[in-house]
Amino acid sequence: MKPFQILTGVAAPLPRVNVDTDQIIPKQFLKTVKRTGLGAGLFYDFRFKPDGTPDPTFVLNQPAYKDAKILVGGANFGCGSSREHAPWALLDFGISCVIAPSFADIFFNNCFKNGVLPLALPDEQVQRLMALVTDRPGTALTVDLRERRILGPDGAPLFNTPFPVDPDRRRALLEGEDEITTTESRGESLDAFEAQQASAWPWVRTRA
Amino acid sequence: MIRSRTLYQKIWDAHVVERGEDGTCLLYIDRHLVHEVTSPQAFEGLRAAGRRVRRTDLTLAVPDHNVPTTPDRVFGIRDEESRLQVEALETNTRDFGVPYIPMLDSRQGIVHVVGPEQGFTLPGLTIVCGDSHTSTHGAFGALAFGIGTSEVEHVLATQSLRLRPAKTLNVVCDGTLAKGVTAKDLILHIIGILGTAGGTGHVIEYTGEALRGLSMEGRMTVCNMSIEAGARAGLIAPDDVTFAYLKGRPLAPQGAVWDQAVEAWRGLPSDPGARYDATVHVDASVLAPTVTWGTSPQDVAPITGVVPDPAQEPDPVKAASMRQALAYMGLEPGTRLQDLAVDRVFIGSCTNGRLEDLREAASVVRGRTVAPGVQVLVVPGSGLVKRQAEEEGLDRIFREAGCLWREPGCSMCLGMNEDRLSPGERCASTSNRNFEGRQGRGGRTHLLSPAMAAAAAVTGHLTDVREMTR
Repeated sequence: MKPFQILTGVAAPLPRVNVDTDQIIPKQFLKTVKRTGLGAGLFYDFRFKPDGTPDPTFVLNQPAYKDAKILVGGANFGCGSSREHAPWALLDFGISCVIAPSFADIFFNNCFKNGVLPLALPDEQVQRLMALVTDRPGTALTVDLRERRILGPDGAPLFNTPFPVDPDRRRALLEGEDEITTTESRGESLDAFEAQQASAWPWVRTRA
Repeated sequence: MIRSRTLYQKIWDAHVVERGEDGTCLLYIDRHLVHEVTSPQAFEGLRAAGRRVRRTDLTLAVPDHNVPTTPDRVFGIRDEESRLQVEALETNTRDFGVPYIPMLDSRQGIVHVVGPEQGFTLPGLTIVCGDSHTSTHGAFGALAFGIGTSEVEHVLATQSLRLRPAKTLNVVCDGTLAKGVTAKDLILHIIGILGTAGGTGHVIEYTGEALRGLSMEGRMTVCNMSIEAGARAGLIAPDDVTFAYLKGRPLAPQGAVWDQAVEAWRGLPSDPGARYDATVHVDASVLAPTVTWGTSPQDVAPITGVVPDPAQEPDPVKAASMRQALAYMGLEPGTRLQDLAVDRVFIGSCTNGRLEDLREAASVVRGRTVAPGVQVLVVPGSGLVKRQAEEEGLDRIFREAGCLWREPGCSMCLGMNEDRLSPGERCASTSNRNFEGRQGRGGRTHLLSPAMAAAAAVTGHLTDVREMTR
């Protein structure tokens, strides 16, 4: 996984609650067997009119926001299906940080597996960021995971306290950890568990 | 003294391989269901790293999301991309030695219908699948939840996941459901109370008299939609109803091992005095058949009600999202829900595509005909459900009424195959999501029970099924 340490880029506002993964990446793009190229389908029904032409009113189609690297969204961002195509699409489009008051569990988890930082901040902080990037289109923010700070365009921290993030998840993002390799190093524990379970709960083995 | 534990805590504790200092655990996974949409990248990852599948015997693959539901599928899948994805699953399972149920096998169907039906799903197990509706299997007292493709790869390689424990939410369903009110109405009502994010970070355990009275099919419907309340998993304690359902299933234990298993499963229910992080009471006895009016599963109302008015909503954020939903749905505040005419009806999905669901729908359709201009799709959840339904003559009831009787798959729940709504079409659907564009771009979904869907099919508009069965 590509590490996430510090990111500077344009932040785009998406002031909708309950943005679901069907909106982030509609069904027709799930037929791929690859992880790449999904940026073309990101927010497809918002970005494109039914006739296939871009909808100029959608934020990511506006010149000031088209190269956004950060998205500021509403509560319960990423609800719905487990499709990891959602963070893949964001990443492929160039967005590797989503800031919102809250996230749905599976999407939140999927982001961390792909070097995307989902940042849950208190409501008032998200509202401040939303106002900032809406009022001044093209505003660049810096998200520094090492220092747990969000910096404004002038390089000064926007909030007094470092943002909260699970320490283990932060470490994994900073290192770009390959989680499977880490778990494989626990092979002896897994072997021991399987042996113990086979005698205690013999029905767990299938008869297939 | 032994600590009182919830069902969730018991299953969690029994699967901890290693516990980290911060509470993160390496958790063993007993069952892994695999389908064609969320697995190709995982198998590709294994291949690139030269890894194998650790426990092929605990893994079961079946195509469901993409498969056509028309009988001509025996000649192959016409849609090129869908065909390639199903072929990829076939190749991957063969290369890695994973048990595979092909599209034309009579056992094929939606993963969440197939797992229980085969006895692959058992109480007390940890079960995952790259699909959010994996919560369905919680109906058996198994800890079952959806995962992303990276985790699919992780489970294939290591048969484990690194997880943090969830909080627990006890939803107590008091009283009994009235006639004509089903498990689907109950869970829609619960989601309306909790909200679509109300269960975030939690595992919901459903308890209470109304739950005990449900069949396994009904319990699966309830657990299935836990994710629509934000909870990754739903749980119902196993009991004699559970054991009776599982006994004799092809992959369920047999003989002495079965007896040993049942004895252990009887110890799974939450201990008296076990503590939950939160508890919510629901009075099931007052429920009416319930439908959704908006674009989130939390947008529910009794069928006797009207489309709500955003002007009455004090929270400006909620009011704005209500306006957005009503604009998308083409609805005016104050309209009686029973006056909403439908173009399409979908009966099926992992929420309501099982035998009991089809029986309920058929009992309403029997002797009646589909309203003019309405297209009704009936899609059994699996080949075995289809066969059983045909043995009972349900297919004839549906066909004679003018419904389309199809082959099993996910179908119009998400429209990855050809079964899709056109822009502006209004659909009464037994599925689980009414998101914008879910059933097809511009499509307008109203979620409801199989009996209610059948009622809409024959009247041509949303209808209180209780008035038809009196």
